[in-house]
Amino acid sequence: MNKSLQTYLNTNTKAAPLAVFRVFFGVLMCVSIIRFWSYGWIDKFYIAPDFHFTFYGFSWVRPLGEWTYLLFAICAISTVMITLGWKYRFAMITFFLSFTYIELMDKTTYLNHYYFISILSFLLIFLPAGHYFSLDTLSRKHIKKQPYSSNEITGYIPRWSLDSIKLLLGIVYIYAGLAKLNSDWLVKAMPLKIWFPAKFDIPLIGNLLTKEWVQYAFSWIGAGYDLCIPFLLLWKPTRTFGFIAVVIFHILTRVLFPIGMFPYIMIVSTLIFFDASIHKKIIYGLARLVKYPKVLLEGNAAWQPVSVVRYKIVITVITLFFCIQLLLPWRYALYPGELFWTEEGYRFSWRVMLMEKSGYAQFKIKDGVTGKRFYVNNADFLTPLQEKQMSFQPDFILEYAHYLRDHFTAQGHQNVEVYVESYVTLNGRLSNTYIDPDVNLAEIKESFIHKHWINPFNDEIKGL
Amino acid sequence: MKRILGILVLVAFVYACSSSDNDSDSDDNQGFNPSNFDRTPLLENWADNIIIPGYIDFLSKVNTLQTETTAFTENSNDLTAIRAAWLDAYTTWQRVSMFENGPAETVGLRLNVNIYPANVETIENNIASGSYNLDLSSNRVAKGFPALDYLLFGIASNDDNILDIYNGPEGEAYKQYLEDIVADMQSLTTTVLDEWQGGFRDDFVANNGSSATASVDRLANDYIFYFEKFLRAGKMGIPGGVFSGDVEPNTIEALYAGNLSKLFFIEGLDAVQDFFNGVSYNGSTQGESLGSYLDELNVLEDGTNLSTTINNQFDTAREFVNGLNTFEQELQSIPPTNFLNAYDEVQRIVPLLKVDMVSALSISIDFADADGD
Repeated sequence: MNKSLQTYLNTNTKAAPLAVFRVFFGVLMCVSIIRFWSYGWIDKFYIAPDFHFTFYGFSWVRPLGEWTYLLFAICAISTVMITLGWKYRFAMITFFLSFTYIELMDKTTYLNHYYFISILSFLLIFLPAGHYFSLDTLSRKHIKKQPYSSNEITGYIPRWSLDSIKLLLGIVYIYAGLAKLNSDWLVKAMPLKIWFPAKFDIPLIGNLLTKEWVQYAFSWIGAGYDLCIPFLLLWKPTRTFGFIAVVIFHILTRVLFPIGMFPYIMIVSTLIFFDASIHKKIIYGLARLVKYPKVLLEGNAAWQPVSVVRYKIVITVITLFFCIQLLLPWRYALYPGELFWTEEGYRFSWRVMLMEKSGYAQFKIKDGVTGKRFYVNNADFLTPLQEKQMSFQPDFILEYAHYLRDHFTAQGHQNVEVYVESYVTLNGRLSNTYIDPDVNLAEIKESFIHKHWINPFNDEIKGL
Repeated sequence: MKRILGILVLVAFVYACSSSDNDSDSDDNQGFNPSNFDRTPLLENWADNIIIPGYIDFLSKVNTLQTETTAFTENSNDLTAIRAAWLDAYTTWQRVSMFENGPAETVGLRLNVNIYPANVETIENNIASGSYNLDLSSNRVAKGFPALDYLLFGIASNDDNILDIYNGPEGEAYKQYLEDIVADMQSLTTTVLDEWQGGFRDDFVANNGSSATASVDRLANDYIFYFEKFLRAGKMGIPGGVFSGDVEPNTIEALYAGNLSKLFFIEGLDAVQDFFNGVSYNGSTQGESLGSYLDELNVLEDGTNLSTTINNQFDTAREFVNGLNTFEQELQSIPPTNFLNAYDEVQRIVPLLKVDMVSALSISIDFADADGD
């Protein structure tokens, strides 16, 4: 192994920032789940609908009926355990699995920030976040005799564990920024030009939002913000300024758009960039509040892996994880056609708030034997949100077409053929036919291969 | 520095948290919107020049129907006057059916007044037993205009036989049922109009925000829903077998009177287009409307004017439907090709309203977190 890399991997840093991150992460996730639950969304999104849109390869991940509540409860309990640092690794694995399962149940509710939580919690499984200011530390030390020796108490962790979180945040911001470097965003100020006028009723800034120059300013500043913020946060002289920018930016997005908990999660996450001294203050404050023994916060020992082999595996997994994170957003380049139109390779790539896209899809069923034809009333099968998402995303359209094929075959129709008449509008362009209306979707198989049955986009969007 | 940071974070959090997830109430910023994106004039035009005058007219027609019903029950020798009053009220209904919002939504006006086809069996059972509760949802198929259609045109093969029933041994029961149905329509409509003329009008106009619960978004949703489900599907699609594969002439509107469903469709289409253009109920003045709002936003590129495109498609659809014989005649040919071609033109309006207009106006359909992808 490269020597300087070896040195880097052996460098330690104070444990407080990771502990603060763990506590805030746990609290925010707990609030997220309670919020989701209290809005009745568990029932609305997962239990009430008969049909669910699944991710390719994950069609076996289904809501569990009334047991879905138990799944959310398990997820919520794990967030409390994470906050307390009680059986940390077990709690983190439980959270990762339950949360990811929830997100895989129906891709209608896919959001980039849910994906962010999933991969972040995966990363956190491998980080020693439960060895400082935690119940785990407390119970471990109780076995031993007092007085504690500060050499036995963990106060340091590998530097890479903090850096890996910074890297992940950096990837999110920079890829989100790169995705904005396109002609719709920069030259036409789309989709903000559509969204902002409808926000005229926001106090103080509502009137400004209807002005064209403001829409352009937000587009350009937004792109610049995403591209610069990781560097502003990394460099000490600009760090405070960067953080103020983070707060203002995310509060603005919170006010302007219905994006739930995401702004808070990002604001709190970026605290990781700050020096350990700030985190120590937070930890000491919290410790006083819960009467956590101060002596346990002043250890000098560095965290040690259980075994070298295991440590090597962890490093390998994390390296692979980041390789995937760096490459995945570029997969769209393997597909022909306009990404915004076909959405092939759109998800899991930090493409956020880039499109005002909506559609309308009317399915025609044809009995291949009798020749009888009729249209489907989507509301009979889908919730309004599902119908909305389905109407402009080809993989949704195909999965739904297959569901209709099976449904009407079960009803006694033979050789069922499924056609769709669909229209989609993208960033203010007049709607156009989206899917080839002459293609029998019942015969098309889902795959990662280019969907040739999407009609070509009649315009050009330049840029990344 | 750190203290400032802390305060900043705190203030920001409190501010963000205090703007609720549904941020719908915006009465507090009235007069704060000198921009032309203010939706108040639009809502005022809808309420004062279209919806309320519409309900006033409709209620007066229902009142006439009630008068004629009483006259008929007193002297059951001639169906002409009561039928004319029924037709007049039913035609006017096509003008207000789309406003199933607020008071009308609360009482379920459309569900109570015009669910068709009527269930003849339920009607006859109700009349025979003499005890029925018209408030029950199970009786929605046994009242309103479709039930009157049956009672005035369908209970016997010709007019003389119909009058014989009203003058026969069970005549009193039939008359009672007629009166009860009309009274039910009258009371529902009165409730709706009273609410609009009471506090609801001001609430409606004051709710001038831009969330999923704001007046514009809600009424626009109801409007599109009406067009898609009741005008397009109910009056044409379902009878034409578009959704079942089989022509279903028995699901036509005004089945027993006959030859009216086309007129009702055209009346409904006119009403929908007039609403789109903000045309006053009594007259032809145009006010603020979905169309003018689209023109103001003018987000579409390539020079196309969305409101013109939509109006053109309304006109094309009307032309095609006007070119048809009565729906009853059209549905006799299997498949009813001309009818289905006209339907296709009506259908073409749906994506224009549901995709292009909704997208351009940023109308919220359903509330959930979204990061816009």
